[in-house]
Amino acid sequence: MSTGRESWRLLLKSKSGLIGLIITGLIVALIVASVIGVLPYDPITQHAASRMQPPSAAHWFGTDRFGRDIFARVAAGVANSALIAVVAVTFATIVGTAAGLVGGFFRGASDAAISGVTNVLFAFPPLLLALSLASVFTRNWFTIAVAIAVVYIPIFIRVTRGPVLTLREIDFVRAARATGQSRWRIMVAHVLPNITSIIIVQVTLSLSWAVLTEASLSFLGLGTPPPAPSLGSMVYEARTLLTLAPWTMLAPGAVMVLFVVGLNLLGDGVRDALDPQSRGRK
Amino acid sequence: MSVLTHPITRRVASAFGTLLGVAVLVFIMLRAIPGDQIIAQFGIETGDMTPAQIAALREYYGLDKSLFAQFFSWIGGLFQGNLGFSARAHLSVSELSANSLPVTIELAVLTIVLSLLIGVPLGMLSASKRDSIRDGFGQLVGLAGLSIPSFLLGSALLGWASAKFSYNPNGKAFVTLLENPWLNIQQMAMPALVLAFGIAAPIMRTTRTAVLEVRSLDFVRTAKAKGVPPRRLQYRHVLGNALVPIVTMTGLQFGYLLGGAIVVEQIFSLPGIGRQVLIGIEQKEYAVVQSTVLVIALGFVLVNLLTDVVYRLIDPRVRAA
Repeated sequence: MSTGRESWRLLLKSKSGLIGLIITGLIVALIVASVIGVLPYDPITQHAASRMQPPSAAHWFGTDRFGRDIFARVAAGVANSALIAVVAVTFATIVGTAAGLVGGFFRGASDAAISGVTNVLFAFPPLLLALSLASVFTRNWFTIAVAIAVVYIPIFIRVTRGPVLTLREIDFVRAARATGQSRWRIMVAHVLPNITSIIIVQVTLSLSWAVLTEASLSFLGLGTPPPAPSLGSMVYEARTLLTLAPWTMLAPGAVMVLFVVGLNLLGDGVRDALDPQSRGRK
Repeated sequence: MSVLTHPITRRVASAFGTLLGVAVLVFIMLRAIPGDQIIAQFGIETGDMTPAQIAALREYYGLDKSLFAQFFSWIGGLFQGNLGFSARAHLSVSELSANSLPVTIELAVLTIVLSLLIGVPLGMLSASKRDSIRDGFGQLVGLAGLSIPSFLLGSALLGWASAKFSYNPNGKAFVTLLENPWLNIQQMAMPALVLAFGIAAPIMRTTRTAVLEVRSLDFVRTAKAKGVPPRRLQYRHVLGNALVPIVTMTGLQFGYLLGGAIVVEQIFSLPGIGRQVLIGIEQKEYAVVQSTVLVIALGFVLVNLLTDVVYRLIDPRVRAA
């Protein structure tokens, strides 16, 4: 494992890491612009007079069939999906890492129980599990984030448990045990710091999947309820307008793909920077 | 090694345990739905019922019993093939699934064949000269496959084909392969292509990694030094040994397709098992939703089990262990 500063240097040196960082930075700027409200148009207010206008200086991405500014809607949609993705991945990281640590470190009954739950959650195709959970809850952005988090918890459990199993047998951990430190202390102070790079890599990669899952759910009508803009539902609504107003699908589609490409490249870069074994292998 | 302690036997036993857990989770989800079970089952029709009728239905469905008793009677029903009934379709969930599962399986098989045809050669091309232009090209296609969601590609492709060429075989009623093979293949072609674009990406990446890894092993150098012709070396020695991770990845993706084709089935109006879940959700027929989810999870677990067995058969190291 490399130190923090060294990792940053490696990340900026890797081509995919740098491009990923730039793209993600641009998207974050768009999100900030939307959240603090400096964009000229409101994403929800309808303007009957300016329906389905092609992209222009006034409306960079054109307008939709209700005369709403698509640029503002895309920005708000990205902000919304980023919020859901970040909350979902944070939740999955905390729960999954804790469970993986406890299972791998303590073994025995807790490990058997945690592995059992992991296997059960893995028995569902990911989108299907998110979909079934989303259909059970009353839908709002938070319950969608929870539904997506549940899908990613087993991934974090599996990613942490393996290395923890190896680490607990390594000399410095045994030495700590011999000095009489409590098992919880050893777990938090000695084992956890040694798996952070694995977790960081998994977090970056999971973010891009979470954005796609959220978009797929809202495309299917099971995401954030309207009129809040969401990239997936914007693509869905644009399906019938493809010939008349292609920008209604192209704009949200392109921004979504750009966002995911940025996160994927960033994930590859972070992995190369933090995990010397995978360098150049992908 | 006795049959009982054989790794495959243990793997099958753990698959059964997992399925039991899946059933419990699905049962909990079914019970967690806000509102009454009867409403969940009969939807708005409940509004027309008298309290006495609702009470009678509660008793009929065993909802007056304890949760524990309900779970076992539900499991018992599952074992007798009783997955519930769709009032809208006037068919049992078993009958619905018997119609929809073959559609999804056909789509999944076509998709996997296409993904292997795209992913494996592309991965080998990428690995043939690391960090070259062709490697960059392969990686770029892989990144696109991972980043472009199937709902976007599917909507754009369908919209473009029908607007530009007035071509939309999926606008016609769905036919099975036996009823009208030519139309069926046309109806399957676009959705399979859209899914394959996404699935070829992980297969491509796995192939690239595996080929690069195997090529760096000593036995390959030995074979090269012995004068094995390059083509034979590439296919027999390198690809042959890189197959294990590729097969594992393919099996995993095939399993995902059983439930992950939902979006594409919806866009192209294919009456597959994923669409059955969606229609169930739209019409609030939760019994249909949960039983269908259970059927899909069963398929997923079986495919993973099969992948594991195949993996043990093709990898002599695992076989010996």
